[in-house]
Amino acid sequence: MSQNRVAERHGSQRMRAAVLFALVGLLFLLEALTGSWNTMLGIFNMALVSAIMALGVNMQWGYAGLFNVGIVGFVALGGLAPVLISIPPNHEALAAGGWRIPVALLVGVLAIIAAILVYGRTRGRLRGIAVTAILIGGFVLYRAIFDPAVEIVETTNPSFAGNIGGLGINRIFGLHVGVLLAWPVGMLLAAGAAWVIGKIALGLRSDYLAIATLGIGEIIIAVLKNEDWLARGVKNMTNIPRPVPYEVDLQQSTYWQGWAAAFGTDPVTFSTIFVKLCWMALFLVILLGIIWLSERAINSPWGRMMRAIRDNETAAEAMGKDVTRRHLQIFVIGSAVCGLAGAMMVTMNGVLVPSEYTPLRYTFLVWVMVIVGGSGNNWGSVLGAFLIYYLYIKVGDWGPSLMHSLTAGMQPGPIKDHLVDSAAHMRMMTLGVILLLVLRFSPRGLLPER
Amino acid sequence: MDVLNGLVLLMNFVVVPALSYGSQLALGALGVTLIYGILRFSNFAHGDTMAFGTGITILGTWGLQAWGVTLGILPTALLALPLGILVTMGIVLVTDRVVYRFYRRQRARPVILVIASVGVMFIMNALTRFIIGTDDRAFADGPRFLVNAPAFKAATGLDEGLSIKATAALTVVVAVIAVGLLFWFLNSTRTGKSMRAYSDNEDLALLSGINPERVVTITWIIATTLAVTAGVLYGLDKSFRPFNYYALLLPTFAAAIVGGLGNPLGAIAGGFLIAFSEVSFTYAFKKVVGYLTPGTWEPPGLVQLLSTDYKFAVSFTILIIVLLFRPTGIFRGKSA
Repeated sequence: MSQNRVAERHGSQRMRAAVLFALVGLLFLLEALTGSWNTMLGIFNMALVSAIMALGVNMQWGYAGLFNVGIVGFVALGGLAPVLISIPPNHEALAAGGWRIPVALLVGVLAIIAAILVYGRTRGRLRGIAVTAILIGGFVLYRAIFDPAVEIVETTNPSFAGNIGGLGINRIFGLHVGVLLAWPVGMLLAAGAAWVIGKIALGLRSDYLAIATLGIGEIIIAVLKNEDWLARGVKNMTNIPRPVPYEVDLQQSTYWQGWAAAFGTDPVTFSTIFVKLCWMALFLVILLGIIWLSERAINSPWGRMMRAIRDNETAAEAMGKDVTRRHLQIFVIGSAVCGLAGAMMVTMNGVLVPSEYTPLRYTFLVWVMVIVGGSGNNWGSVLGAFLIYYLYIKVGDWGPSLMHSLTAGMQPGPIKDHLVDSAAHMRMMTLGVILLLVLRFSPRGLLPER
Repeated sequence: MDVLNGLVLLMNFVVVPALSYGSQLALGALGVTLIYGILRFSNFAHGDTMAFGTGITILGTWGLQAWGVTLGILPTALLALPLGILVTMGIVLVTDRVVYRFYRRQRARPVILVIASVGVMFIMNALTRFIIGTDDRAFADGPRFLVNAPAFKAATGLDEGLSIKATAALTVVVAVIAVGLLFWFLNSTRTGKSMRAYSDNEDLALLSGINPERVVTITWIIATTLAVTAGVLYGLDKSFRPFNYYALLLPTFAAAIVGGLGNPLGAIAGGFLIAFSEVSFTYAFKKVVGYLTPGTWEPPGLVQLLSTDYKFAVSFTILIIVLLFRPTGIFRGKSA
């Protein structure tokens, strides 16, 4: 009988999921009909990327109860990968001395590794002296190689380049899909950063991970903004190649114009929609792949172990599970998924804009998605991502227009200006209120964990 | 003479700025550490509480200035500070009733409280911007300098001038008074002792008849007072922009953790440690080295360890080092 009840509960939950997804689908349909299919697809594609971020966060929070406040950093680090992989190398800058930058970075890393090795192998006062000497010596050597090289690179053609470029992998077997290689590389970059932070901050109080990730997030963004030799800093990196056709190329082919005429639309609209559909297909494949893998994982013995650790660390530890090690594992995997989403987003946008990476948009918004959707439930995270991203975009539009109509009768003046300006902060307020309400009254979210 | 010049240069660009910044951080970190000691979570809304209180204080200052009320040689903001503290206190206590108390009763995991504080952070953040916008606001008045560079040069005959901003001196004085009052309160009053008892051992404190809700309320009141004071001093000393207060969150947390979460004395030490490291790691020592070495030699580079863009990387690195080697902080705080 109890089995029946379980089946029934599963059934009703499926029903609930279907209804909620249909409702969110309706929102997007409404957007397409009242706005345009083009803007709707734009929102939809970004929602897909957000859903992947939400899945990454859900692994950390939903499976393991880890609070990561530096998601924005991992997303941005993933976004660096398309630049490193597919932007052609800047031969002029490299030949002038730019090649010394990677050497300097290698020296820095080697110094840190040497310090760690020496630390493990020495004792007492010798240890302190040796480690300090290695670190100071390494730092001086690193700066001695690094500073002049950066100077050279940043003064080489600064208005167009001023950076060292990437590997320039673009064409594979004659197809322009080289940039896809950046996606796994983005995962690796984010995973590397997560491993270092996790190694340090996991196994201590849960707040420490939150604060350490807050710090690493800020630092990654600061590096992207200030290190012009890497990806031009706030001058932005444009012209990142993409694996789908360009709208302009499509519009110019007569074949395409024929197709557009057959559908009864003009070639321009038809091409933008077609390109967006290409991205959508690509992203959907990745999203479904990740969901499939995580569903497999969470229903495996490993998944049960993770949930056991989350629900009662002490008991799991008593059963012989290495809690810190598991936490590190899931923290790295979750961050890698966020890095993947970051790489996908930059590839789609074709630009890397470091100043756009704000914690509000890429850390806290994703958190709200996961918590509203239902922590611990993959489909819940996806649902939350679609719903919250839609609201985020729309509330950003509604706030100012609402305020405009409310203040329509007012005399123009500083007070009216202030009110209209302040409507832009409505997003923040709404997000905060939604987060608090869901956390309090429906902590399991829209689609609770089974 | 050269040595004196070098020392004055150091005083001017490292010691004085670090002292005032350190005092601001210490006040902020004290609030974080008290909340941690009593409520047992890291309050992410602390930075935005500072910003909100400062925003209200600025409005009060403008009002007073419009009426022609000033405080003579002191900034008018000091007169408006109690208003800022009271309004913020009201909001914070309402937040505690509406948000945090529920989780406290439930004995929820600390991380849930941290997430709730992120929600509160958003709301405070938006409120601040509703009230005062996102721009830079200058609200310091009164004399700008306690010691100004030309006068110092004329009086001492040195090449380097020492300037001490009035706000920097004021910061240190106010911080010393606030910390003095806090420690007197914690060590000598009945309520303060009950707070320490509650922080040390909650169950034992409850058994001996301490009212937990009262302790929590008083903690919020003290933490808010410290936070708004720190925020106003920071705004007077630098300038007020709401975003800067979010950026203060990392150094403030680092200061509290370095000193040992829950340990007030540690928070003060941590604040100064972070401030001095941040300022001295990002200062270009070129001229100082030039003065301190014999002859007219000056080093070719700037002798700057880190560019100022990375100043919070310093607090982060210190935080990491502490987490690696002494997770309970320098002055043994709550368990790791």
